[in-house]
Order: sequence, then structure tokens, then C-alpha cells
Amino acid sequence: MTLVLDRVGKKVGAQTYIDDVSLSLERGSLNVLLGATLAGKTSLMRLMAGLDAPTSGRVVIDGKDVTGWPVQRRSVAMVYQQFINYPSLSVYENIASPLRVARLPAAEIEARVKDAARLLKLEPYLDRKPLNLSGGQQQRTAIARALVKRADLVLLDEPLANLDYKLREELREELPRVFAASGAIFVYATTEPQEALLLGGNTATLFEGRVTQFGVTPQVYRQPKDLTSARVFSDPPLNTLTARKSGATVALSTGGEARAAGAFAAVPDGEYTVGFRAHHLGFEPLGGDALSIPATVSVSEITGSESFIHLDSGERRFVALVPGVKRFEPGASVTAYLDPRHLFLFDEAGRLVASDLPKAA
Amino acid sequence: MSDVVAIRPALPGNVSDAGQGAFNRALAPSRVNGRTLVMALYLLFLMLPIYWLINMSLKTNTEISTTMTLWPRDITFEHYRKIFTDASWYGGYINSLTYVVINTVLSISLALPAAYAFSRYRFLGDKHLFFWLLSNRMAPPAVFALPFFNLYSAIGLFDTPWAVALAHCLFNVPLAVWILEGFMSGVPREIDETAAIDGYSFPRFFIRIFMPLIASGIGVAAFFCFMFSWVELLLARTLTSVNAKPIAATMTRTVSAAGMDWGLLAAAGVLTIVPGALVIWFVRNYIAKGFALGRV
Repeated sequence: MTLVLDRVGKKVGAQTYIDDVSLSLERGSLNVLLGATLAGKTSLMRLMAGLDAPTSGRVVIDGKDVTGWPVQRRSVAMVYQQFINYPSLSVYENIASPLRVARLPAAEIEARVKDAARLLKLEPYLDRKPLNLSGGQQQRTAIARALVKRADLVLLDEPLANLDYKLREELREELPRVFAASGAIFVYATTEPQEALLLGGNTATLFEGRVTQFGVTPQVYRQPKDLTSARVFSDPPLNTLTARKSGATVALSTGGEARAAGAFAAVPDGEYTVGFRAHHLGFEPLGGDALSIPATVSVSEITGSESFIHLDSGERRFVALVPGVKRFEPGASVTAYLDPRHLFLFDEAGRLVASDLPKAA
Repeated sequence: MSDVVAIRPALPGNVSDAGQGAFNRALAPSRVNGRTLVMALYLLFLMLPIYWLINMSLKTNTEISTTMTLWPRDITFEHYRKIFTDASWYGGYINSLTYVVINTVLSISLALPAAYAFSRYRFLGDKHLFFWLLSNRMAPPAVFALPFFNLYSAIGLFDTPWAVALAHCLFNVPLAVWILEGFMSGVPREIDETAAIDGYSFPRFFIRIFMPLIASGIGVAAFFCFMFSWVELLLARTLTSVNAKPIAATMTRTVSAAGMDWGLLAAAGVLTIVPGALVIWFVRNYIAKGFALGRV
């Protein structure tokens, strides 16, 4: 089965929730919707599920236009960020609920529920009420209910956001494995770029109701089509500065000049926005073509094995992610170095014009 | 009605001093601190009228009107026997219960879908309509007595339980809508959607999933409808004459040439408290939330 969104839009009053989105999702694929809060991830999922009807465009499943179809007629399952279960039913009945509605034979229901419960480690809790379980177990119940249905389209809306990080890592590993066998289209919304990279599959970056890029996850990460996609798919935030290339030299907005090497070599003269990721900014002097950025340290955060150094340079703020515990006193003057091979150049319209990174994943 | 009203304040006034003295004497041997004293006095004043009503209902009329006794000297169940055997008395209870039950069922079944709409959907003028509903509750019943009387006489509903049940809907439906809306809004919308995704049709979802979730709200709303309809006298009396005469009306019409039948009236009063007390017992844990219209 294929799910095609054809120029789908959703407006409520004067507000645009989803703006002209076209996507094609294949059977058995894992698709990540990546975007900040209010980027439209949930709205898009609701359109895919049929909980909301789009105000423009079509939703097509296997060549059939299902735009106006009620959700009951579609084969979807959904897991929400909040742990949504039926409080008055036991965990067993919660999981069995879609099967009971579909009037499956009792033996089949029993087998499927037991199966899902085993997979999600819910076996000891089947007789309990969902509200007597921990958050992780409640979310597992919701996931189990989505699983037993064997729906063609499985939507997970930030399913791990409300869990503590240990559970989150555990479930994140399990989820794609658990659903892989079903051959469903799997859509996973998240705000965290790292989660998208860990899940793999395809990623669609969302910004203000638009899908800015859709492709194989590592490729979207390495070759963002434009500045917006690069920003969405970057944590810590993408560092940017402006640079003007004229001939063989590049003048940086942070002061100083450099030889037009790396990504700069291939582009015509003009002004560019330079984007680079935090872990490419370092404090060890690099070879001759490196860009050097004078800055003052504003904050340094140590996470254990890595340190985030926040820098001020003129109007700009940069974040450098360096390995090991590095101590920088706030206010200290430093020079940060950037390899010209590890940067993205965007033109004035924000389109990617050059990057020196390998093309394929 | 006026003569009945006149005697009510007189009764507790006569008794309170005597009753209080008795209680203080009983408490004296134990150690009494300020807190228990205040509490005891509070309970005393609270319970006294009810005690006196029960007390009276078990006395003979002679004892009531000639002596002042704290408990029945000459205990009698004659008044209760009369109420349970005389059709004009127990008929009053049956009439009252009939329209109260009809009204409660009607109000709740009308209010459930309305409250769901107010809770889940946005539509033109929803907030205004919602408030306007409650403002119905603010008009005194007397305002509606005349139009209802005339209307029901014209269409042949006068003096039937339906007349009173429908008239009380005017006040109870808005109240039930407000209470239920509060309880419903406490249920996350995602549960509705999850049920739709699971394949539940709307009616099935509503009855099997949603109503159990707001069961306490339905209980509280039903309680409020029941109580309002049970104690409301003006409309109930205006819209009935003989066949559907409610108990409260029967009670106010017992003054005969022979004078007031005190004991019988007291026994009827005791029996009138019972249904309310029974119903309140079932919803005791949710009453506070109900008074806050489900919004706690």
C-alpha cells in the first residue's frame, strides 16, 4: 500500500496549519516527521489518519481517493504523546478493543493480545487498569493496541516524549523492530533530530506547516536542500554567518579573511550564508585553509564526555561541541576554527549551493 | 400555604433552649474542650429540626398540642400507617416520584448529547448559547407558571406527571448540561479519537467507552435534577389538580375544619426527606465536584 498526500492543505480560520504538502509514503517504510513544536507534525498526522479532512488537496491510498473517508473506514493505528488508554477497561481489554470492534473470533483475539503483550512486556499487567501502571507501561499498552490491529498505516505522534530517557532509549530500539514485521507504513513524529537519525528510514523536515525536504534520513542530514531544512535537522542549532566571496578570498562577517577553499572553491562570487554544525567548530588550529573566528566565551556546559561552548562573535552566537571536558572561563577571548570542507553554503534565497560532504549515505 | 409557613419558625424557637440544656447536661461529665463544644453545638442546631420532625411524627396529636415533650411518651405509628394505606397520601408520593423520575431521565438524556457538543465542538455562538442556557436557571419558576398552565391546559397535558416533568426540564436540562460539560471536558479528546481509530461507531463509543468515564458526572447531574424536581413546589402545584397531585401539595392542603393534623404532617415530612437522603448517599463523594459544575 502507498499513501500519497497530494498538495494537501489545512486551514482553520485565518490560520494555516498545513501548507501545500505533497508526500508519498511506501509500504513497509519508516518515515520520520521532524520539526519543532507547532511545525505541523500532529496536524499532518491527523490528515493522514483521517481524523481531520484537508481543506485542499487529496489523500490517496493505493490509487483510491480517501480524502473524505471517516477514520473508522481506514486501516490506521495511532499512538499519542500523552498516554491515551480507556481508563475503565483492563489492559487486556484495552489491547483487545480494536479486535473486539472488528468482531474477530475470540481465539484469534486472545492469541494476538497475548502476542503483543509478550512483545511489549505487558504480560504481568493484563488484569490491571491502565491508570495503575507506570507511564512507560501505559504507553506500551497504547502501542500494543496499535500493534494488534495490524493496520496499514501506523502513526506515532512523539510517543516517547513523555517518558524518562532510559525507557525512551529502550522503546526507541524496540519500536521499529516491533512494527517492522507488519509491513505497515510507519510514521513517527519527533522534535529531536537525534531521534530521527537513530530511527533511520526516511525523514521529512517540517517548518511552519510545510515539508521542506523529504528523503533518506542520513541524506537529508548531510545534504539539506535549504537553510530551513538544515536548521530543522540540527541540534544543537545550526551555526550561521555570512561570507562574501570575491575571487580567491572570502571575507567573513565575523571579521577576517580566508582563502576560498573547500565548498567556496566551486561557487561564483557573491554573498552566502554559511551554515555549519556545532561539532565542526573546534579550538585546535587547523591547516592553512581553515576559517578562523575570533569570539568570546559566554557559557560552557559540560555533559560528561563532551562540552558545549557558547560563543559570542559580534552579532552572532555560535555553539561549539568539543570532545572531552574543556574548561573555558566566561568572557575569555578565543579563536575558533572551522574546516571549509564541513560547511553548507546557502544563497540569498536560502537554497543550498555547495557543500563538500559525501553525497550518498 | 401561608398558615403552614407561619408555624415553621415557631417550632424550633420553642424547643431549642430546652434541647440545648439537655445536651449540655449530657456532655458535662466528660472533658470538653472548645472545639468539641462548638462542633456539638453546630450538630445540635443542624439536627434539631429533623429530630423534632421525627419526634412529632411518632407522637399522638394530643401529646403534640397539649404538652412539650423531648421524646414521644406515647409512641405511635398511626400517622405512618395512615400515609401508607390512604391512597390520597401515598398517591402523592407516587405522583411526585413519577414526575421526578421522568424529569431526571429526560433531562439527562437530553443533556448528554448537548454537553458533548459543547465540550467537543466549536460552532457559531457556542459560548453565548452555553451561557444563555445557564441564565434560564436564573429566572424564578413563578415566571413560567402561567404560560405553562395555559399551554398545558390547551394541549391536554394539564394534571399529568408529564406536565410537571417537562416544566422542570426548563431548569434541569441547563443545569445538567453545565455539570456534564465540566465532567466531559475532563476527558481527553484523544480518547474519542482513539476509539474512532479503533473502529468504534459513535453511539457505541459513547455508551461503551465515554459514559463509564463520566459516570460520576452523570450521577451528580441526576442527583441535582432529582433534588430540584423533588423540592420544587410552585410549578408542581400549579400544573396539577387531582390526578397528578404531588406530595408537597398534598401536605399543604391538609388543613381541615378540624384543625391541623400535626402528627400526620410530620410523618409525611419525614417520608419526604427519605428519597433525597437516599440519593445523596450514592453521590456523596462527588457532590463537591457537582456544585462546582464538574470543574474541579
